[in-house]
Amino acid sequence: MSPEATLVPPRAALDQDWHRIGSIGAVTALTLVFIALSNMPVEMGDFDLVAGFSLGDLSLLWLIPVTGYMAGREAVLEGMTVHAKGGREVAAGAMTGLVGCIGLSLLTLGIHNFDIRDPLVNWSPQTLEKLSIGGSAASAVVIWPLLGAVLGAIAGGMHIVSPRVRRLIVTPAITILLSAVLETVLTDIFGDMGLEDVSDFVYAPKGGLDIAGALLIGVLAVAYSWWGRSVVSGARARFSALEGNRRTQGNAVVLAVIVIAIVGLPQLLGGITNELLANVGLFLLLALGLNIVVGLAGILDLGYVAFFAVGGYTAAILTSANRGDAWPDWVPHTPWFVALLVVIVFAAATGLFIGAPVIRMRGDYLAIVTLGFGEIIRLLFLSDWLSGYTGGAQGVTNIPGVSVFGLFTVKGTDPRAVFYLVAAFCALAIYVSWRLEKSRLGRAWMAVREDESVAEAMGINTVNIKLMAFVVGAVLASFSGAIFAAKVGSVFPSSFIILVSIVILVVVIVGGMGNIVGVVAGSVVLIGVLGGPRQPGLLQEFSSFKLLIYGVLLVWMMLMRPEGLIPNVRRTRELHHTEFLQDAWLADQADTDDEMAPQ
Amino acid sequence: MTEHRLLTIDNLSVTFGGLHALRNLDFHVNEGEIVSVIGPNGAGKTTFFNMVSGMVAPTDGDIVFEGESLIGLDPNRITALGIARTFQNVRLFSNMTILENVMVAQHCRTSQGLWGALLQTRAFRREEQSIREFGEKVLGFFGSRLVGYRLDQPASMLSYANRRRLEIARAMATKPKIILLDEPVAGMNPKESAELTTLIGRLRSEWGITIVMIEHDMSVVAEVSDRVVVLDHGETIAAGNYAEVSADPDVIEAYLGRPVEAAQ
Repeated sequence: MSPEATLVPPRAALDQDWHRIGSIGAVTALTLVFIALSNMPVEMGDFDLVAGFSLGDLSLLWLIPVTGYMAGREAVLEGMTVHAKGGREVAAGAMTGLVGCIGLSLLTLGIHNFDIRDPLVNWSPQTLEKLSIGGSAASAVVIWPLLGAVLGAIAGGMHIVSPRVRRLIVTPAITILLSAVLETVLTDIFGDMGLEDVSDFVYAPKGGLDIAGALLIGVLAVAYSWWGRSVVSGARARFSALEGNRRTQGNAVVLAVIVIAIVGLPQLLGGITNELLANVGLFLLLALGLNIVVGLAGILDLGYVAFFAVGGYTAAILTSANRGDAWPDWVPHTPWFVALLVVIVFAAATGLFIGAPVIRMRGDYLAIVTLGFGEIIRLLFLSDWLSGYTGGAQGVTNIPGVSVFGLFTVKGTDPRAVFYLVAAFCALAIYVSWRLEKSRLGRAWMAVREDESVAEAMGINTVNIKLMAFVVGAVLASFSGAIFAAKVGSVFPSSFIILVSIVILVVVIVGGMGNIVGVVAGSVVLIGVLGGPRQPGLLQEFSSFKLLIYGVLLVWMMLMRPEGLIPNVRRTRELHHTEFLQDAWLADQADTDDEMAPQ
Repeated sequence: MTEHRLLTIDNLSVTFGGLHALRNLDFHVNEGEIVSVIGPNGAGKTTFFNMVSGMVAPTDGDIVFEGESLIGLDPNRITALGIARTFQNVRLFSNMTILENVMVAQHCRTSQGLWGALLQTRAFRREEQSIREFGEKVLGFFGSRLVGYRLDQPASMLSYANRRRLEIARAMATKPKIILLDEPVAGMNPKESAELTTLIGRLRSEWGITIVMIEHDMSVVAEVSDRVVVLDHGETIAAGNYAEVSADPDVIEAYLGRPVEAAQ
């Protein structure tokens, strides 16, 4: 379908699907009211982004551009006429912003006239100040809808400008936001490279970007999207056009760059950021393991934390001088690497033990039962019955670090070393996932995921195959647990709550099930920025809202993008090539092949 | 042709909560035969396939394949013994590629496990290579339709007729002695079904595979079947070659109903 053939003049601004705009606007309004009442604007108010504009302010304003853009988008059905973009898109965005912000106006009015502190304990007067925009309720009632309409109109207007102009607006905005959020990391790097002057110029002393700094970054981003983009995409195209030997060399270069970055980056970063990276690594290792179980074999395991716990406790008990006193003397105290062998055996045994009864179930039932087993393992470690061995609620403490060939010791006090250790294990896990996916075993896992009964009828012993996935996943999780024990220096039952399972599952789902790159991206973004269940992330301000955001992300992903942020690259590429290939092939086959078109 | 009994169905019955889905089915399949099972909807044809492939357990009777009873065996064991099947409502692994679909079907004929894949042993790579080659050979049986650029496309992108072909290819990839085809030409146009009928004939002559086939398209049945078994309400009402069966008054009645005077 060529666009010229069906393009008709733009629709009038008032020719709208009012029902749709109304519902998007109502959702916007409700969400904004919820955000305001959850106290997000104030709790995040201390994190300055640009010259006094804080993360809290952003929490109120980000939604309108998003929903305004959504409202301006017109669904184009195949075979239907396509209208040129015009005033309609802008008007739709403006209307959405207006309706959304009327919610905030009403809220402000309501708070001024009624006392809502009683039902809402989290409510603080500062939120009211923010909502009133420094003035009275009356000014808020006027200003909010105006602001909403303007923001919405701009967002809707993104549909009518050319892609190039759109990039010129969106790229600087996102770059400025990212550089503000990554302030800690970037100042670290600049500091170590002797470029303090740069970071002093860009960032204000009390945090956040200076106006001048923001302008500089904006100009750089504009310059990139004007000139740099084509250079980069050209280089990319040349790279993917490489063939055979050259391609292998190219891949090797890329791999080398990644390795150098992973080895070099922590040297430039400070302790706090390295601690974040180490946590990202621990959760990445867990997510890679769960990705095999859920993403490849399709077994929805909600009790995955059990294997993390078994790994942690096994390593702790074998290495710690301060383990439970009920252990007989013949249980040795071993170095961490020796304990790791026992950890593997125990994790595999636990995988078999939990897997054997569970694996015969399917779908929802399996998920519920694994959820139960996850809790059972934690309660066992907590119980009085085993407290002589596991220390009960006191846990196991005094776990020494990991001595690497007697050269140096990896301990929690040195997060950089922990990161390197974790990175090595993550590399192992990535290798395992990559090799297994393209093997007889990996294909059998995928077949079980696709249709278990048919896989069975095609000669696959599904029980054995699923147990195998369980065991491989369990061993990877136990590595993470063993490193966790050495890093923290102690393990408690409360480190292995059910929330860990949920967070790992969200990481896998958000990143893209069955896709290694997606899982890596998912853990960096979610664990690194938001933080793990107990671990702080880059944005400490998010900590009270972490679970809320995880939940929203999970629901949104399942509804809008079930394939994850980064879907399977191979398949996407095929989908893009398909039409071209099909045309070429059909022309080739035109005489011999006259099969019916798919219905 | 020497009469070598491959599959013997002995007095097979199954009931689902009082409903006799199949009653006292008795027949056999000789090696190298093409046997069609026909009958109106609900006659128990697919249930019969489900029992042979181990997905449904019979209430009574026996299924013997090359002297070994199949009762109580898991479906994957039965496939390993050499019985493959296709499904009436096409059930491919739709998110796997076309090549992966036929590769995974060779699971029970191959043996490399975890360590081979992790260490990339010579045996592993050799086996992968042969799995791939046999997969491409099986797909090549259907002409140019499933090969070339299509090898690496997800099965969900195939047209309906090609999905049916891939179902058969996947069954062939398990290296079976006997294939149970459940309505192989359903939904195909006359030209395609004629072509597939030829392929079914070649499946026996070139690949030496015995075939039991459920089919509603009588032109296909007439074309390739050595024998036809007619089921109605779970019971065998006729058996023999196509000419005999199609002239049988019971069969005509089952398909067309009784003449008016007889019904009174």
